[in-house]
Parts: sequence; C-alpha cells; structure tokens
Amino acid sequence: MLRYWGVSLLRQRGGSRHLVTTTAGSTQATDTSNREIPITLKPNTATKDSSYGSSRGSELLGIGGGLGFTPPDQEEEAVKEPPLYDSHIRTNAFQKAILTCGAAAAALLDPRRHDMVAVLGETTGSKALTRLYARMIDDPEGSRILVDKPRINSSTIDLDALRKLPTDSLGRMYIRFLEDNKVTPDSRLPVQFVDDPELAYVMQRYREGHDLFHTVLGMPTNMLGEVAVKWIEALQTGLPMCYGGAVFGPLRFRPKQRQKYVSVYLPWAIRVGRTARLLMNVYFEERWEQSIHDVRAEFGIEPPPV
Amino acid sequence: MWPAGRRMVSVVPRLAFAAARCTATASGHAKGEYSTDKETHFGFEHVSEEEKAQKVHKVFENVADKYDLMNDLMSGFVHRAWKDHFVSRLQPRPNTRLLDVAGGTGDIVFRYIQHLRYASLGARVGAAASPQHTTTTDSSTSDSSSSDSDSDSSQRLYEISVCDISESMLGVGRQRAEALGHRGIDWVCGDAQKLPFEEGEFDCYTIAFGIRNVVDVQKALDEAYRVLKPGGRFMCLEFSHVKNPLVRWAYDQYSLNVIPPMGQVVAGDWASYQYLVESIRKFPDQETFKEMIEEAGFRNVTYENLTLGVAAIHSGFKI
Repeated sequence: MLRYWGVSLLRQRGGSRHLVTTTAGSTQATDTSNREIPITLKPNTATKDSSYGSSRGSELLGIGGGLGFTPPDQEEEAVKEPPLYDSHIRTNAFQKAILTCGAAAAALLDPRRHDMVAVLGETTGSKALTRLYARMIDDPEGSRILVDKPRINSSTIDLDALRKLPTDSLGRMYIRFLEDNKVTPDSRLPVQFVDDPELAYVMQRYREGHDLFHTVLGMPTNMLGEVAVKWIEALQTGLPMCYGGAVFGPLRFRPKQRQKYVSVYLPWAIRVGRTARLLMNVYFEERWEQSIHDVRAEFGIEPPPV
Repeated sequence: MWPAGRRMVSVVPRLAFAAARCTATASGHAKGEYSTDKETHFGFEHVSEEEKAQKVHKVFENVADKYDLMNDLMSGFVHRAWKDHFVSRLQPRPNTRLLDVAGGTGDIVFRYIQHLRYASLGARVGAAASPQHTTTTDSSTSDSSSSDSDSDSSQRLYEISVCDISESMLGVGRQRAEALGHRGIDWVCGDAQKLPFEEGEFDCYTIAFGIRNVVDVQKALDEAYRVLKPGGRFMCLEFSHVKNPLVRWAYDQYSLNVIPPMGQVVAGDWASYQYLVESIRKFPDQETFKEMIEEAGFRNVTYENLTLGVAAIHSGFKI
C-alpha cells in the first residue's frame, strides 16, 4: 500500500521527504515551503499565483502552448505557467517535434553535439521514463533514490575521499575511470524538456549515472565501449535515444572494431541487458566502499570481456 | 577631407569615455542609467530596469558567435533583403558621417560601404564619358586598386562609427570587417541611452533591430536627436506589428513554436530566442513608435512596412 500511496503522493508533491516519513494526519507534512529537495517547484516571479494549476485564462496565454499569442485585451494578464523545476522549459507537441528532428539532424551531422543527444533523449523519452519510474518505485533501493534524489557532480561527491578507498572498491574504480578517460562528473547538462519533475529527475539520474554504469560494467569510453553501454541502457531503460545510439553508433566502426563488436561485445551487451538487474536502482552513493565484484554479483552483471 | 585637428578634438574625449565605460561595467551599459525600482519588460517577464539591462547584455554575449547564422535561418534569409532595402532608403552619400547604433556585427555598415562604392563607381563611369563596356572594366580595376585605400586616402569614402553594448558583437563585426577588407570603421562599445558622442556629430543615425532591446526607448530616441546635426536623419529598422489577422496568426505560430527550438538546436540557447520573440511582441506598433519619434523632436516622421508589417522602417529628420 505504501507503494501506491507513495507513487501518487510523490508525483503530486515532488517527492518531499516529509510525506513518506511523517505519520498520516499531521498537517505539517504538507508544508511545502521549506523543502530541501534538489528539484524545487520554483514559482515564477512573474505570476501572482504560485499554485501548480493556473487559471484557464493563463493556460490559454501560456507561452509555447494554447493560442501562442496574447489577444490585445488580455495582454496585461499574460502570465507564463511556472516551470516545474529549475531549468524546465515548457514545450508543446509541435515544439517537441521540431526539437526532435533538429536535434537528431544536428547530432548525426556533428557527433560532438552531446547536448543535442541529450535533448533528443528528453523529447522522445516520456513513455520510457514513466515505465522506468514505475520499475524504480517497485524496488526498495530504487524508491529510496527517488525520494532522496541524490545528484552526482563534483560538489555532491567528495572525489578526494573516494580516491583513498581500496583499489577494487566502486569509489576507487570510478575515480580511475574518470581519470583514465579524462571525463568529469560536471559535464552533464540539466534536463530541460521533460514535463514532469519526477520524470525529469529520473532522466537526470540516468544522465549523471552514465559514467558509473561504465564503471560497473567495466566498459571504456571508446566507440565499442559506448555502444555496448548504450545497448545495455536501451534494453534496461527503453529510452529511444539509447536505441538510436546503439543502432547508429556502429555505422562508424572500422572493420576490426566491427568484427570485435559482432563477435564479443554485442552478445555480451545483450546478455547483460536482458538478465541483469536494473542499473538505475543502484544507489551508488551508498556503495562507494563496496567491492566492484560484489556489486556485479549482486546485480547479475557478467564480467566485461577483456 | 576633414581637418585633422577637428577630428582629434572630437575623438579623444569620446574614446576616453568609451574605454572607461566598457571596463568599468564590463559591458557597454552606462553606469547609473538604470534604476532598480522602475519596472519594465524583459520579453513577457516583469523585471527592473537594471535587471533588464543585464539580461539583454547577457543575451547578446551568448548569441554573438551564432548571431548571423541564426538571423539567416530564422528569417529564411529575408533579413538580408530588409537590410538592403533599408540602406537603399537611406541613400548613402559620401562625406556624411554615419552612426550605426546596436550595429554589432556590421550588417548595416557593410551595406552602406557597398552602396558608396557602387555609387562612386557609377560616378567614375559617367565622368569618363566613353562607352560603358570599355570603361567599366577600367574603372573596376582602378576601383579594386583604390578600394584598399579608400578609407586611408585624403578623399575618405566613408566616416562610420558603430556603437554596440556588447563587446562580443563588436568583436564579430571587427572580424567580418577585416575579412571583407573594410578599414577605418570606428567600433565603439557604448549604451544607446547615453551615447559616448558629442552633440551634433553625425549626419545620419541608424539602428537596425536594436531599439527593441533598449530599456527606455524614449531615452534612446532623445539621444539620437542629440547626436545628430541639424538636418540629420534618423532611421530605424525594427520588427513591428502585422495588421492582417491571418498572417499575424501564422507569424505568431512560427515565432513561438519554431524559433526557440531552432535556437536550441543551432545555438544551444532556447532562452535568448524566446526573449527575442517576446520582445518583438512587446514593442510598440508602427503608429505609436512614430509618435515616440516625434516626441523626441524629429519631424517629417514616416514609416514603411516591410513584409506586411513583420518589419518596418521609420524615418525622421532633425529639422
């Protein structure tokens, strides 16, 4: 029952920690003014009503939806609907379509446009994110992640402390991964186009956890490794953008890479993607000291091919 | 052509002005110009004047390197025709001093120079009084040899100042000028509400797609009046209001649904292009703007709609 209560209330209240831990009947539990969660319902300073639902008039006048322009007599009352979380940009279906086509074209033409891949993922991922959210809620560790909403960047993670951990630990392997591949946890863009704060967090977590998926799976960031991770992510999360990357990535392989891909990496990736536990449910922040082999065993991840 | 002494007198204090201003505020914005209490619009958002000044500056710092590309894409290259028409309406003449405000990347001034070059080309052809087809080749070769020095020779072809709030935009303009071989343009970082120029310095003041971004449009118009010589001309090219409801609906749909996503895809910046689209709607319509220009003191104020009112050219004289 907690599951159903949790789902509906989490979705309405943006996952406030207070609701899950406070007893029913306590009215303070619903006080949303002093929450400390990362995704805040930021009221737009321009509007007078900070409530979620806006009046019909402002819905009509909302930018990016409705009529698309302000009729002259209602101009003074034009208020934008507030964003659902920091960095949220409201978009209607037509704008999403343009973003999807444009981002796909830009990403294919210039593979360095990681921001376009990110946008593509956001505009096409709503169904997959909903299913993923439901699967995370079902799992005890996953639902804790959804309640706590931890973020992964250089200010939330003490990279120096991780460096001091034993060699085989998840934390130390993660640091080694970051250093070997010269990546930083701060390069992930904030989610902008997902129209639900909970799903936006799931997307953000996916994005920020990508490097940790690499670590747990033991895949490097070269083309082969990236495609393998994309396959596993596609099979686990169902995000269309992952399928796109997994299908279009190999088009740029050289013959030797393609041979290795077909004979070793692809079968491995499909096996792991199908049988392993959902990687999104790994609460990395609680497992820094755990040995990576234990993590792999616990989640049913086959060791990476050498 | 201008006596060297007179030029020095007007240039030196202005340059000192401009340098101090730009380093002090890290943008062209005049210090103390903007209040933190008075409310204005930033697109559809209500902000204080000071906030608007900062936000506008930030928008142009962000968009500078993709500015020209985005203009082409958003208007379907039509903005080039608008600017061509604007400069032809201006009827450039040699020995006139032009100030182009908010002219960062140089579109207007480069067209102005082109007009002057072609005009002088025509003059040489006419003066030679021989059949066209033989003289055009001669004058074209002589033109190309003198084009490098047309700004250096005693017979200066043009005297142009470009003023913009954003150093990044001016940087792009300088690069383009170098690539095109135009020298002698004065690139100045400054604020349209408080121009770093003396009274009565210019024969012509142009502002293309810039006055919409000014915090207090009336002040910018007053400044325009101030820096113009008596008889000087004010010309403004700006987005305006479309009267036809059907066309307006289509234009609004395009603006609000296509332009910000395009900004995200091409420049990675939705917010700046959302601001662009909203600021167009917040700008006064043709008649109201005409009245504002008249209020600044200009006479014979007229306007001409381009593309059914999507853009409009306003013109006024200081007489």
